Amino acid sequence: MSENIIEIQHLEKNFGSHKVLSDIDFSVKQGDVTTIIGVSGSGKSTLLRCINVLETPSGGKILFHGEDIAAKGFSVTDYRAKVGMVFQSFNLFSNMTVLKNCMVGQQKVLKKSKEEAEQTAKYFLEKVGMLPYINAKPKQLSGGQKQRVAIARALAMEPEVLLFDEPTSALDPQMVGEVLEVMKALAEEGLTMIVVTHEMAFARDVSNHVVFMKDGVICEEGTPEDIFANPKKEETRDFLARFIN
Amino acid sequence: MAEFIDGIIKCWQQYGPSYLEGARNTLIISLVGTIIGCVIGFAVGVVQTIPSDKGDPVWKRILLGITKVILKGYVELFRGTPMIVQSVFIYYGARMVFNIHMDIWSAAFFIVSINTGAYMAETVRGGILSIDPGQTEGAKSIGMTHLQTMLYVILPQAFRNIIPQIGNNLIINIKDTSVLSVISVTDLFFTHKSVAGALYLYFESATITMAIYLTLTVTASALLRLLESKLDGDDNYDLATTDTLAHTSGMYTYHPKEKTLEDFK
Repeated sequence: MSENIIEIQHLEKNFGSHKVLSDIDFSVKQGDVTTIIGVSGSGKSTLLRCINVLETPSGGKILFHGEDIAAKGFSVTDYRAKVGMVFQSFNLFSNMTVLKNCMVGQQKVLKKSKEEAEQTAKYFLEKVGMLPYINAKPKQLSGGQKQRVAIARALAMEPEVLLFDEPTSALDPQMVGEVLEVMKALAEEGLTMIVVTHEMAFARDVSNHVVFMKDGVICEEGTPEDIFANPKKEETRDFLARFIN
Repeated sequence: MAEFIDGIIKCWQQYGPSYLEGARNTLIISLVGTIIGCVIGFAVGVVQTIPSDKGDPVWKRILLGITKVILKGYVELFRGTPMIVQSVFIYYGARMVFNIHMDIWSAAFFIVSINTGAYMAETVRGGILSIDPGQTEGAKSIGMTHLQTMLYVILPQAFRNIIPQIGNNLIINIKDTSVLSVISVTDLFFTHKSVAGALYLYFESATITMAIYLTLTVTASALLRLLESKLDGDDNYDLATTDTLAHTSGMYTYHPKEKTLEDFK
């Protein structure tokens, strides 16, 4: 049990009387790359936002190293510093340069010195190929560049788990590749990731655990081979048939 | 016409320094009032946008609720009554009821600040609400607290967006501090009244006063525009690279020496 970094038990989320998630159960181990697939509106993003406590779950539990994240005395800010998030709309701080974007969290949350923060920021910016752009402001970058900076910002916090909420959905087709390339490299290095995505090739080739969601419940889950080569459920087959053709 | 110009010259020759002193006082009161008012406005605006989280303990939510109601009352009271009445009410009221003898300057600063604060509170609230919620989520996702999110991410952006409104407030204050003459603050308008009364040159003195007010307000708005463009920063940026091939696409601050015909000979 304790080897699970994140464990989700019977998670539920309602918006008013509308049920978005019900009875979600799954766990993530060190080094897992979990992809969550499904049609828009099936609750994938809400699930990810619950994991990062941007939404408060209506029921069930989320355990981080066995600790209930909703428990009294559990520090949500410390938890978020260990569980990073990359958004569909980038959400880079528009008042800061690329470099500052990657430094501010380290300085203010992790209380690192300026020099140390700058060194770490530059290391991760180089990793995503954005080191030459440290002086640029977010509005001066293309979508793919912004997303790579957003990944570097999350990585600079040196999180245990990184959540990706449809990281390529707001990008032009030719920019999708550069972001997926970075994510693939991170997966190969052993970073634990949970990725909500519409990129089936990424789910099939890079992840080791695929979760297919439909109407707020997990319809089917398993290894990429299970889901893509031998889907057991009718719904999964329908979904994949529509996506792949 | 000649008589009118003579009148202006006469006013200026006899009371020029008084006008300048009045203008100086007007400027000091409106500047200090606007700055303190902005600080009050930011404080009130920030408190009013603290989200009330269902997960918080009950006492915290009640305390926050009460604070918000009090602040809302403050905003409504000072926005909803004329500053001229507030001046009399506060200056003489404090003296009669609470036996507090404020000197004129403290009273002037207090009244203008608290007034500006009431207006700025709503402006700041609007400025905070105008920032994309994604910015808050981005800050939260790296573990920032509400206070850190506000200080480093939201307020700097909100501040940039509300500078035009701060400018409005400063200009309004430069003009509206004239109502403080009711409690004998020796501002520009008070000087005008005194000079006009002494020389019986109302129109002439008013012309000088108008010209000074206009100079103050036009200068203030020009300075604020300058601040705005400074905060926006440069439209261009340089690549931080040693790759000389990048220079061919044009580096903003990298200007190679222009070649002249001589170089090719």
